[in-house]
Amino acid sequence: MNWLLVVEQCLNGLQFGVMLFLMAAGLTLVFGIMNLVNLAHGSLYMVGAYLATAAFNRTGSFLAGVAFALAATLAIGMLVEVIALRTLYERDHLDQVLATFGLILFFNEAVAIVWGRAALFTAVPRALSGHLQVLPGIPYPAYRAVIILVGLAVALLLYVVVSRTRLGMLIRAGASNRTMVGALGVNIRLLYTVVFGFGAALAALGGAMAGPIYSVLPGMGEEILIQVFVVIVIGGIGSIRGALVGAVVVGMVDTLGRAFLKPMLSTVIGPSAADNAGPALASMLIYILMAAVLFFRPQGLFPAVRS
Amino acid sequence: MAHLHPPTRAHADLGQRQLRRLDGVLESRRLPAASIRTTQWPGMRRTKEVTVRQLRIVLVLLLIVGLFAGQAVLAAEPVKIGFITSLSGPAGIIGKHMKDSVELALEHLGRKVGGLDVEVIYGDDQRKPDVGKQLADEMLKKHKVNFVSGIIWSNVMLAVAPTVTGAGTIMVGTNAGPHELAGKMCSELYFTTSWQNDQTPEAMGKYMQDQGLTDVYAMAPNYAAGKDMVSGFKRYFKGRVVDEVYTKLGQQDYQAEISQLRGKNPKAVFVFYPGDMGIQFLKQYAQAGLREQIPLYSVYTVDEISLPAVGEAALGNYETRYWSPDLKNEANAKYVGDFKKKFGYTPSFYGAQSYDGILLIDSAVRAVRGDLGNKKGMVAAMRKADFRSTRGKFSFNVNHTPIQNFYLLRAVKGAGGDMEMQIQKTVFENHKDAYYQECPMKW
Repeated sequence: MNWLLVVEQCLNGLQFGVMLFLMAAGLTLVFGIMNLVNLAHGSLYMVGAYLATAAFNRTGSFLAGVAFALAATLAIGMLVEVIALRTLYERDHLDQVLATFGLILFFNEAVAIVWGRAALFTAVPRALSGHLQVLPGIPYPAYRAVIILVGLAVALLLYVVVSRTRLGMLIRAGASNRTMVGALGVNIRLLYTVVFGFGAALAALGGAMAGPIYSVLPGMGEEILIQVFVVIVIGGIGSIRGALVGAVVVGMVDTLGRAFLKPMLSTVIGPSAADNAGPALASMLIYILMAAVLFFRPQGLFPAVRS
Repeated sequence: MAHLHPPTRAHADLGQRQLRRLDGVLESRRLPAASIRTTQWPGMRRTKEVTVRQLRIVLVLLLIVGLFAGQAVLAAEPVKIGFITSLSGPAGIIGKHMKDSVELALEHLGRKVGGLDVEVIYGDDQRKPDVGKQLADEMLKKHKVNFVSGIIWSNVMLAVAPTVTGAGTIMVGTNAGPHELAGKMCSELYFTTSWQNDQTPEAMGKYMQDQGLTDVYAMAPNYAAGKDMVSGFKRYFKGRVVDEVYTKLGQQDYQAEISQLRGKNPKAVFVFYPGDMGIQFLKQYAQAGLREQIPLYSVYTVDEISLPAVGEAALGNYETRYWSPDLKNEANAKYVGDFKKKFGYTPSFYGAQSYDGILLIDSAVRAVRGDLGNKKGMVAAMRKADFRSTRGKFSFNVNHTPIQNFYLLRAVKGAGGDMEMQIQKTVFENHKDAYYQECPMKW
């Protein structure tokens, strides 16, 4: 096997993992702190992608597009929290699933009404359309390299915010015992709104970064949402560290599985059988991994501490 | 949880008159029972006054019943067509192309099919075979449709077509062409106005063979049509196929597969990535810098759905197809022209086939003079393909799959600066699919 190819695929896996992390971080924060199952997280990703693309196509500046998408989705997220989700915290998880599923339908139709059902035109910003020579013989798209860097920077930023700032302290306190935090005079409602808004902004960042490489279409958030749920289950629900590790593990397993499972199988069971089994097994791999984690460590790899 | 996507909108399209008549039919079924109950009172003790009032009520009711019954006899039941496609999610744009074309066909027919009023019930299969089958069941049992039409995805078609034909109802497919339904599973009641899956990649295989290409890398999504596409391609392409790679249906990121592809160093790449998958693949292939290095040949990937989203990332790409907006014939000029005028965008083959599907149904109902019970007569009429197809004149093979031309298309920059597909040359004339001999049907 060609080792340069393995390195390149690891890079691809890391990039996919980082993308998943941007989504997973927000989802796990919201679940860990507010105890809210938010199926509409994928919709916020989609809204971010649409806003970034629309602003990018209008202003010609990718950075402006991303900045606009972040700010606008932060506002939309906070609005959704205040209007729709606030009443759901005390409810059963099933009620939350139903209500946020309704939000998915709402957002999908809303973007279809505003922008139409056809995919929006998107392209990689000119400055990032080139390639980097990571290792001799491996040209890597500059845009994807930037995604990796942005994702890692966000992870670092989140770590600093959560473990070194007052807001982070409140978030951690809210995650472990929200009644006590409320009793100590912290405005827990406002905290929830802010956290939800930041989760939405992270999803929007993921969507804005995804726009130029995927297709910006109504319903684009659902495909990735399922994988993000796998990530947070593997990583441990409510834990940001778990989300990071889970995202990278899922990204790696999925990418390496898609790349190398079929060639490896064909040496064992023959090429024609591998042609059939390989792709099917590769697409199941992350779910098999999730099942294994649930079996041996139901709380996930890095469970959040809660009382 | 099957929901008929916008049934309300379909009803709204019917027009008030029709709605009133539908209500009338319902009422006429309910009213006789009510009137009988009213007349069963005589056993009770009553005053004369009451009897008179009652008589009057009965008379009025009878009059109403008579009115509605008369109307129901005068106007025959409308033709009901169940149209199943993907209307939500990333594939929703394909469904929109199809639905808009159905509406245009109805408009061209004066909102009559075979001279009868028509009701179209749209269903959203969400790209899922189980949802498609549920919708078909609901349309057959609840709405009692006379035809089921539509279907984008071959795996959905394989679930829906046997359900519909098994219930004795005519199925007119307007996109998916899985080989099973053209071969062993063919049915008197199953027609398609599109193609059998293998046909289009066969044309691409022939073209690439004629170009003397070799060392081709083939990629497709891992579902019924993906397998058909690659086997069709290999039927006419005799050079070396470096590798065949199947990806998950609906996959978004192809970077891992593209890295593998580069590692194999092929001379050309053949892909089948319809809808949203095509947009993603084309972008990522260009972003990986491979467009300049390894030429890309595709089927159902570079089309009027993906071109607006990918722009120049598809410039110069070759496709094969049986139809294109620039195909020269009268029916096509009318379809493309009116479509652009009404909806403001360029139609795709998905739409042309759906437009043809409604015209085919129209020809069948016309031939039996509105006698929707005469299935034999309708099937016989449909076999003649006696309508003005957007692809020009064509005929049905014994398995009810079109025998038609296939052209080489290229993505070029049009006069207005937008990307468009243009026909380069004819690859196959009157091309038959590879499975018709396996179909036991004789006619």
